[in-house]
Amino acid sequence: MALSPLNQRRWRNFCRNRRAYWSLIVFSVLFTLSLFAEFIANDKPILVSYRGELHMPVFNFYPETAFGGDFETEAVYRDPEVQCLIVSGGIEDCFDDPEGILEEIDAGTYAAEGFDKGWAIWPLIPYSFNTSVDRPGAAPLPPNAQNLLGTDDAKRDVLARVIYGFRLSIIFTLIVTTATSLIGIFAGAIQGYFGGWLDLIMQRIIEIWSGTPSLYVIIIMFAILGRSFWLLVFLMIAFGWMALVSVVRAEFLRARNLEYVRAAKALGVGNMTIMFRHMLPNAMVATLTFLPFIVTGTIASLASLDFLGFGLPSSAPSLGELTLQAKQNLQAPWLAFTAFFTFAIMLSLLVFIFEGVRDAFDPRKTFS
Amino acid sequence: MRDALTFTDLSKTFAVAKGLLGRAKSQVHAVQPLSMSVEHGETLGIVGESGCGKSTLARMLVGLLPPSTGVIEIDGHPLDPSDRAAFGKKIQYVFQDPISSLNPRKTVRQIMEAPLIHLHGLNSAERAKRIREIFAAVNLREEFLDRYPHEFSGGQAQRIGIARALAADARILILDEPVSALDVSVQAQVLNLLSDLKQQLGLTYLFISHDLAVVEAVSDRVAVLYFGSVVEVGPAEQVFAAPRHPYTKLLANSAPVVGRPLAQPEMRETELPDPLNPPPGCAFCGRCPRRIARCDTERPPLLTQSDGVSIACHNPL
Repeated sequence: MALSPLNQRRWRNFCRNRRAYWSLIVFSVLFTLSLFAEFIANDKPILVSYRGELHMPVFNFYPETAFGGDFETEAVYRDPEVQCLIVSGGIEDCFDDPEGILEEIDAGTYAAEGFDKGWAIWPLIPYSFNTSVDRPGAAPLPPNAQNLLGTDDAKRDVLARVIYGFRLSIIFTLIVTTATSLIGIFAGAIQGYFGGWLDLIMQRIIEIWSGTPSLYVIIIMFAILGRSFWLLVFLMIAFGWMALVSVVRAEFLRARNLEYVRAAKALGVGNMTIMFRHMLPNAMVATLTFLPFIVTGTIASLASLDFLGFGLPSSAPSLGELTLQAKQNLQAPWLAFTAFFTFAIMLSLLVFIFEGVRDAFDPRKTFS
Repeated sequence: MRDALTFTDLSKTFAVAKGLLGRAKSQVHAVQPLSMSVEHGETLGIVGESGCGKSTLARMLVGLLPPSTGVIEIDGHPLDPSDRAAFGKKIQYVFQDPISSLNPRKTVRQIMEAPLIHLHGLNSAERAKRIREIFAAVNLREEFLDRYPHEFSGGQAQRIGIARALAADARILILDEPVSALDVSVQAQVLNLLSDLKQQLGLTYLFISHDLAVVEAVSDRVAVLYFGSVVEVGPAEQVFAAPRHPYTKLLANSAPVVGRPLAQPEMRETELPDPLNPPPGCAFCGRCPRRIARCDTERPPLLTQSDGVSIACHNPL
């Protein structure tokens, strides 16, 4: 994809802002890693070799019987008996003394009829966001070598939950911000460009709509339809699209009387082309100035809904729920510190990036 | 041969202070019904003070404002006010402020391509060729094409504006104070360019300005506008050498001339009449030194004199 000269200049300006540039790199690395969360934190091995055959439990369903077990249900890979079955190639003795056999195989001293040595490659963190950690003691458990950030009050690994929760927050925010911005820019552009009755009526609709208490509507809709990710996305878009309307509308009201717009009209350029090819680029700086607030606001509102207990389903990996647990378990400070630093780092990176984007789009800086 | 541009009873009324259901409570007659025609290859100068309806007239002529009444004909064919593209091919507009008439986010090449794409649908090779021709015609270097408008001086930007109007391939150009935002030295350069272009391409100009010296220099005929209506039309030399209408004389006297001390040409109020409440008679009578009783009650019609000058005055000079 070739960048236009203007965009090349913008990119150079963005790179010149070192803080924004490094924030973008760090954020991209974190986000890309989190996209592969299943390979980093999971309670299933990435690759299993059983009797010479390769299996990928991350992608596929395998019943325990596939590894010589008794049940038709999915193999519980963290169970020592299943581990023993995989490593030994389905030796029956695994049902009696899995730990003993595993030790003997590790030491290389095990020998029995039908023994076929297998192996399993595990992710770095052998827990998914909803795996109960097998560790003695009362939850929440403090950090140790097994759980680097400890566990929460349901004995789930906090680090795994943070990785999945980060991904969920960012994806949620990307979807909501993109949709609200597109709708908001379109509505604002139409209002500002055409003005008159259309503007008057739409402004009144927006006033009424933004007066609706969105939190109550979200709680009510969840009570009726049940909690789900996509319902929350839909409701956040439905109540969030007004954020950009006023800015874009004001920019268009100003720009529509400028002479270059008149010139474009006199040259027979169509309304839509004038709006989105001629005027919108000039309104982009004001629009971009608002984007960081929308992004951080969306993350914060998802977290606060989860904190209040009205957000995503309770099993979902949510940073807001982690914050709630931190509040309920003040004796377990690792929960609060994790939640705080995750939010602080995530929001700071995003704000720094958008600050750089905004400056890069500013014509006075672009052309200097 | 038909006239290049004719407009008949062209007027524009703006509604102000709209009532509750959009019913207009009162109206401003920005342009009173005007009829005029411009010949091929002619330059018609339009002068008048601020607020007299010059720019409203110009915008109606290029189709930016729908006229309240009247018809615009080009080469004898009436124009459809709702079809902007048809307007654009025949008649184009050069703006007063050259910099702000160019989109700050687009390169000169993108600006020049807009009319070629939207009005003529040329492909990129044809566009490049056409832009080269036009740039040669307006004395601009081709390396300017990839720069942004803010990188140009006012004179260069105005030449780009003229080049854009030429790219639309219109034969009639409306020049709305094309040089009033420029330095005097640059003004001459742009005016010379305009007159060269007119000869090379056979263009017809409508030159709007409040600078009488400039209008006198470029125009074949001059129309003096006051309060939305024409008070005097005639050949440029005659109108300026021997003004008949008191307003034309006032304008001529108030223009600053090098070597003459600035004089206050009129002693009394110099405001235009209230457009919401226009006087029943001559709009100029409040300021007129030659006012007679008839002026207060009866609006003077535009009458053509024996020497081809038309004036609207009961008591001409």
